[in-house]
Amino acid sequence: MTAPTVATPVVGEARQAADVPGTSAARRRLLTYLLWRFLLIVPMVLILVTVVFFLMRLTGDPITAALGGQLPPDELAARVHAAGFDRPLLEQYLEFLRHLAVLDLGTTLTDHQAVTHVFTTYGTATLELVSYALVVALAVGLPLGALAAHRRDTPTDAGLRVAAVLGYATPLFFFGLLLKLVFSLWLGWFPVAGRASLQSQTALDTLVAPSGIFLVDALRLGDPAVVLDVLHHAVLPAVALGLLTGGIFLRLVRTHVAGTLATDYVEAGRSRGIGELSLVSRHAAKPALVPVMTVMGMQIAGLLGGAVLTETTFEWKGLGYVLTQYIQARDYVAVQGIVVLLAVVVALMSFLVDVLALVVDPRVRY
Amino acid sequence: MLAHLRRSTGLQRGILVTGLVLTTVVLLAALLAPVLAPYGFAQLADDAGRFGSQQPPSAHHLLGTTVGGYDVLSRVIWGARTAVLVIVAGVSGSLVLGVTLGLVSGYVGGPLDRVLVVVFDAMFALPGLLLAVVVAIVVSGGQASLVGGVVSAAVAIGFVFVPQYFRVTRAETVRLRDAPFVESARVVGVPGTRILAGHVLRNATRSLPLIITLNASESIFTLAGLGFLGFGIEPSSAAEWGYDLNKALSDTAAGIWWTGLFPGLAIVVTVLGLTLVGESLNDLADPRLRRRRAVRVPTVATEVTP
Repeated sequence: MTAPTVATPVVGEARQAADVPGTSAARRRLLTYLLWRFLLIVPMVLILVTVVFFLMRLTGDPITAALGGQLPPDELAARVHAAGFDRPLLEQYLEFLRHLAVLDLGTTLTDHQAVTHVFTTYGTATLELVSYALVVALAVGLPLGALAAHRRDTPTDAGLRVAAVLGYATPLFFFGLLLKLVFSLWLGWFPVAGRASLQSQTALDTLVAPSGIFLVDALRLGDPAVVLDVLHHAVLPAVALGLLTGGIFLRLVRTHVAGTLATDYVEAGRSRGIGELSLVSRHAAKPALVPVMTVMGMQIAGLLGGAVLTETTFEWKGLGYVLTQYIQARDYVAVQGIVVLLAVVVALMSFLVDVLALVVDPRVRY
Repeated sequence: MLAHLRRSTGLQRGILVTGLVLTTVVLLAALLAPVLAPYGFAQLADDAGRFGSQQPPSAHHLLGTTVGGYDVLSRVIWGARTAVLVIVAGVSGSLVLGVTLGLVSGYVGGPLDRVLVVVFDAMFALPGLLLAVVVAIVVSGGQASLVGGVVSAAVAIGFVFVPQYFRVTRAETVRLRDAPFVESARVVGVPGTRILAGHVLRNATRSLPLIITLNASESIFTLAGLGFLGFGIEPSSAAEWGYDLNKALSDTAAGIWWTGLFPGLAIVVTVLGLTLVGESLNDLADPRLRRRRAVRVPTVATEVTP
């Protein structure tokens, strides 16, 4: 989200100075920009953490929220005192920040686990799901968007646009539910839920130091049956989460490719006899990839939010799944910790995408 | 809206009309829920006895009954009322807050402006649903009661949208702050609050109707998402589509399709209607995208004799 505002002036500057790419001055400027962009993460995370902390404490302490009404008042007060939730809020906030600096977000109230441990254990599953979804989104959005642009104002284009609007109007969890109903219950093509069959799960459990990313673990195991099983389980959740973002990519690519298709250099290519397929896929689509990169950065927050819903639908045991479990148990220490860590991840990812967009766009030279 | 309708032609008019029709259907369902719905949203039995749980669609229950023994059709219709209530409350609340802060921040500038921009930008980065979850926890205190449920959903949704309204209004205000007509008002000695309310506000909020329709559809997702994650309004206090979808999740595994399909379709219809209206408003507001009504030119025979 900061990419367009921060990167654009740099483009202009670079042009004005007529820099030759690769000179030391240009490289220094790139490093300065990257450093600043990286440092921007700190205030962003700090603000989010502060907002979440004070919001969660607005109505009381987590222990009363979780156990209020279940314990006699004096015992409750003792538990609150023991956990330090009866101290001044500012003192608690400063302590929270001190612990956050060393990535200590406390232990969950219900099952007494370190929040960071919960995060790393379940985070890999979410990472795997979001990666698959991105693959689906790109595989659907890019070619179909280019197709819609090439066949602009034809029935193909209209059909694709209607599908994109319908895709936008369908909530993720309803789409997931329909997929489940049609493809796993009626047609029986895919498993109903979970990340692997019991058999594969036991095979995966034998691994020493598993990565938690099932595909990687299955490949390490070297058993093709397990690899297939893991991929088989991933299809429906990945499609449910990926098609949503794919629809956004489709519309974006359509708009931009339609623009570049009308340019002189494409016309020149056509007059030289370059085939239509190569014209669209190589000449017209490449410039359209830059806005896709930028939007991808903005979509990461949306994808993570969507992952929470998809995981609940498909019992995919990732962060979203465990988050809903903690919400239902009213374990607000866990909820607060997971939300804060997710915010950190979103900030880091959007930084990475910004950097990647710099690398991809040949117009931004340093 | 009528002016827009008159200005549109062909496909664009079709899109706008479809959107308006779908939106009207939802609004009517919300208004006339007591008349339209065969049963109450929390009704479990009638004179003939209890409805029974997970009954397939029949003459008695056109869309079947849920796992909790409610009539699906009635809950779908009553759900429109909850959705409309929450959207109106949530969007108008965030609109007032976001626009006010955006106006003041953009006009006054200085450190206040800088702090607000950074704070709202940061809030923009968090998944909206997660922010809504946090706010819903705070407002309802974990308890989902009647008014508490609607209010907490509205506040949670509103909270997510404040940054958007803030951004748009602030950007416009900054642009207008030094416009000649604002400057002349200042020179004449018009007080700051009147400049903001009278001169800047009307001009800075022109693009908001589009954002409002888009946000309205997004707030349906957030409301249903909250319900789906277990922050729903209790079924005895109001009907909410997301809650019903959550309960339908386990039905699906048993092949029971009617409990999930219909609340889901209700969401699709509502969002589709709002999106189509928003899209065509966007196209019609932009003269470059607007298709002009074809002027019928009398065909004159222009035969050219070789």
